[in-house]
Amino acid sequence: MTAARMLSISKLGKSFGSLVVTDKLDLELGAGEALGIIGPNGAGKTTLMNLISGAIVPDTGAIRFDGRDITTDSPQRRCRAGIARTFQIPHPFGNLSVFENLLVAAAYGSGKREAEVVEACGSILDMTGLLSRANRRAETLTLLERKRLELARALATEPRLLLLDEIAGGLTEAECALLVETVRAIRTRGTAIIWIEHIVQALLAVVDRLVVLNFGRKIAEGEPRAVMSSAEVREIYLGIAA
Amino acid sequence: MTAASPRFRMTTRTRVSSWATIGAAILTAGLAALPAVASRGLIQDLFFIFTMLCLAQYWNLLAGYAGLVSVGQQAFVGLGAYTLFAATILAGIEPLTAALLSGVVAAAMAVPTAFVVFRLRGAYFAIGTWVAAEVYRLVLAQVKELGGGTGTSLTMSVVSSTAGLDWVSMAFGVRTPAARDIVVYWAALALLVITLAGIYWLLRSRFGLALSSLRDSELTASSIGVDAFRLKVFVYILTAAGGGAAGALIFLQSARISPDSAFAVLDWTAYVIFIVVIGGIGTIEGPIVGAVVFYFLQTYLAAFGTWYLMLLGALGIVIMLIAPKGIWGSIADRFDLHLFPTRRRLVVTSTRRTGDDRQRARQSGPPSGQMRR
Ligand SMILES: Nc1ncnc2c1ncn2[C@@H]1O[C@H](COP(=O)(O)OP(=O)(O)OP(=O)(O)O)[C@@H](O)[C@H]1O
Ligand SMILES: [Mg+2]
Repeated sequence: MTAARMLSISKLGKSFGSLVVTDKLDLELGAGEALGIIGPNGAGKTTLMNLISGAIVPDTGAIRFDGRDITTDSPQRRCRAGIARTFQIPHPFGNLSVFENLLVAAAYGSGKREAEVVEACGSILDMTGLLSRANRRAETLTLLERKRLELARALATEPRLLLLDEIAGGLTEAECALLVETVRAIRTRGTAIIWIEHIVQALLAVVDRLVVLNFGRKIAEGEPRAVMSSAEVREIYLGIAA
Repeated sequence: MTAASPRFRMTTRTRVSSWATIGAAILTAGLAALPAVASRGLIQDLFFIFTMLCLAQYWNLLAGYAGLVSVGQQAFVGLGAYTLFAATILAGIEPLTAALLSGVVAAAMAVPTAFVVFRLRGAYFAIGTWVAAEVYRLVLAQVKELGGGTGTSLTMSVVSSTAGLDWVSMAFGVRTPAARDIVVYWAALALLVITLAGIYWLLRSRFGLALSSLRDSELTASSIGVDAFRLKVFVYILTAAGGGAAGALIFLQSARISPDSAFAVLDWTAYVIFIVVIGGIGTIEGPIVGAVVFYFLQTYLAAFGTWYLMLLGALGIVIMLIAPKGIWGSIADRFDLHLFPTRRRLVVTSTRRTGDDRQRARQSGPPSGQMRR
């Protein structure tokens, strides 16, 4: 039993037809650690997130969480175990209000009664800047607000591991700085984070470690600034980011 | 963080909802007392409305909330009805007790049925439920003790063994058939009140919120810990129980059963869907409006036979096209009227500085350049 190894992924593989999207991937994450993932479009970042959260099942390899094998667990089971995620393309409950989106997540994700989670939901809405939208139907939100709702809803489940998939795209510098502040605050509470983001500056301000994916393979891993200055990463990454 | 006083509160109440609750209670009391003054015909008509409304609420819960578009709910009406006949005729059980048993048996039969039909999706699910109902119909047509394919009737002695019948005969000075109508009317009213209150309670619990979340996105629902399969099976079994009890009462009232009438897709599913669709799917109020409209159509137009069915179909289609949310849905939207609200609203009780303020303060600062990508 190693407390430090919260998430441990070994030789994970996933193909869609002949397209290998996750290729014998190994990854470890300690409790409370923040990991950034970058990589060009189609590198398999979202797929990795789907594999960890249980939205898709891997062809090979294993995922362990808290020392338990969760490779074939359903998404709802993983959520209750403490893994929450956001969707790159926001998927709100459109006919529910913003507040209800959080309420159902809090009640089911943490297994508490509704009345017990109202306060927490309100605070999360406050923290993510959605309080003024609380009683609006989620389908009336703008894209940026929907992205914030993705984060807020994931937080409502009281996760110990939070998976963020491109939540900073399209933000102004001020908004981005605010988001970074929010994610840092989440970290401070001890929540481990895996954050996929194209906006590297935002990642560098938060994460302890950076992983670069390309064609489903890990091509670099380590201290964020060191990784970013390696020649291979600069070539691949700046090639698409230019 | 120190234990601060709560800053938020949740409410579901709307201005009219308290009045609606009081109104519903008064209406229920009035309906319960009605047999003292009403004609036998009115009691029979209301019985018809009550039972159809129960079935409509179940189908609404299934299709409108859980996304399970079944066209085979007649399976449970029929199973419930046959359970009543078997229990009273063959086992000598008192009819109202048998009706409760019908609910239990229908729920029990829903388990193996779900095992089969839940493997199917969308249109295949619908067809699967219908086939299952046909299978039950064909099986019961083989049971000679219950009249086989031609069916059977409840004997007078079975009917008069109904609990409370003697008391009603005496109290209202009516003969056995009229007394039976009154007793089953009360039973149907009780089932309706339990159904409406139960569904309302369910939708206001966290379970109802989970059902609504499923309707919007099953993918997201699973990611926040909602078990779609379990919820759906639960709703399926629950509505089967209600359908079984309603079926038992319907056929206790008519005192005659046959496989074709007990498992009639037209009566127990097509009309029921019509009620839900014209009234407004996905609301509690919708099916109530739909059931009343359907009653009047049935009363004044049923004599036109086939033309009546074509008219119902045409009306259903027209309403789906011009008012997809049904009659009640359109009214509710226009006047923001919710008699049985399930929407939770967040109320901020403390005026402490919020994150929104923080953000606004920041955004009103000096304009900054775009972030480098
Ligand atoms: N369900 C699926 N079926 C078939 N192919 C898929 C499926 N999901 C993803 N893919 C493919 O797998 C590859 C990796 O997709 P993925 O979404 O993981 O990339 P990504 O790194 O998140 O990219 P982006 O930066 O654009 O979000 C892509 O080529 C994509 O088209
Ligand atoms: Mg992606």
